[in-house]
Amino acid sequence: MLAKRIIPCLDVKDGQTVKGTNFVNLRQAGDPVELGKFYCEQGADELVFLDITASHEGRKTFAGMVTRVAATVNIPFTVGGGIAELKDVDRLLNAGADKVSVNSAALRNPALIDEITSHFGSQVCVVAIDARQDEQGKWMCYLNGGRIPTEHSLFDWAHEAQERGAGEILFTSMNHDGVKTGFANEALRQLSDSLSIPIIASGGAGAKEHFRDTFLEGHSDAALAASVFHFGEIKIHALKKYLQSEGVNVRL
Amino acid sequence: MKVAIVKYNAGNIYSVIHALKRLGVEPVLTDDAEMLRTADKVLFPGQGEASQAMSYLRAHGLDQVIRDLKQPVFGICVGQQLLCRHSEEGNVDCIGIFDAEVKLFRPERHEDKVPCMGWNQLRDLRSPLFNGLNEGDYVYFVHSYYVPLCTETIATADYILPYSASMHKDNFYTCQFHPEKSGAVGEKILKNFLDLKD
Repeated sequence: MLAKRIIPCLDVKDGQTVKGTNFVNLRQAGDPVELGKFYCEQGADELVFLDITASHEGRKTFAGMVTRVAATVNIPFTVGGGIAELKDVDRLLNAGADKVSVNSAALRNPALIDEITSHFGSQVCVVAIDARQDEQGKWMCYLNGGRIPTEHSLFDWAHEAQERGAGEILFTSMNHDGVKTGFANEALRQLSDSLSIPIIASGGAGAKEHFRDTFLEGHSDAALAASVFHFGEIKIHALKKYLQSEGVNVRL
Repeated sequence: MKVAIVKYNAGNIYSVIHALKRLGVEPVLTDDAEMLRTADKVLFPGQGEASQAMSYLRAHGLDQVIRDLKQPVFGICVGQQLLCRHSEEGNVDCIGIFDAEVKLFRPERHEDKVPCMGWNQLRDLRSPLFNGLNEGDYVYFVHSYYVPLCTETIATADYILPYSASMHKDNFYTCQFHPEKSGAVGEKILKNFLDLKD
């Protein structure tokens, strides 16, 4: 049986992590490579690095960082942010990333998923979806980091992404993101139970129990979080010990 | 020590190169028969589609070069599958070191997702390749095809059914998982391979 995965997410701007300065015994927390290595030693199962740089120069810095991560970290890692076409994917995989996550570009041009997976295989293609539940209870997808609403429903788009060859779905609930009251387990469960590819839960982690709930109730295959790890509120090793004691299969 | 990695049309071998460098080894990536023959250790990693990989290897005569290698060879992921007799992926005859048939996972319950992607436990360890490991240690897998249990199996994983996580015959060692992505456990396995005395 596969272990449920814990995935810290690092936002990177101009080669530096945006959050994550609140560490004891980690002087270089601003360096994504050092921080990634730290999480790796703490027992993270995978890492995600998101490029939130806007400039062209910053993008080049990011690719350089990916090379350094690949040389340093001995667990799988995904990179995302600003991937618009196949040549971006090619560049990042060549720099040593294991997977790429595509979001807005795939929603605008779904054939991008087919292109990526036919060139590099399904396992490299994580489709990230930002969605919000409206007052009627419908989950709708958003573009550009949640700024632009679309007519796509979460479930239809997730199914289409799977049909086109996506290897995993990374679903961020905009209703839950930053609120720290737990993951969107009802929607996650519906995704997980209706799709045949792994689902990564994102948005809402605030306590250890939230991870347990997303695995046991949300049927998520992996859970991603940023600030609870960056600010040391939750320690990965202690979290995994707790999950194991609650009957969740984790890698310890 | 001269360590060679077989260069062919397989995806992402950078992580294998990086992992070896972390162990203090500077590998050569090559498709040159002589360089492969004279290396102390050969790694045969792989990601990608079996029938395309086989046509490339055949077109470049590498299938025969690999078959004739005498030093320790380590087939990783698709590398393990290509060392078998035949693969269901693209219905292709492979290199044939192991008399085994590579099969596609067929999910039995809804929770069985394919590809099998993530950390799973190794059981029934029986090889110097696993010196210093414990039963139940986790390693990282990404695959849709698997090799059934056979007499050459030296470690078992269980996903949908028990299958060969690792195999050994003569100078050929393989694993279905990615030691280069399996944290400290994977590093130990790579180091054990480098330490093998043929």
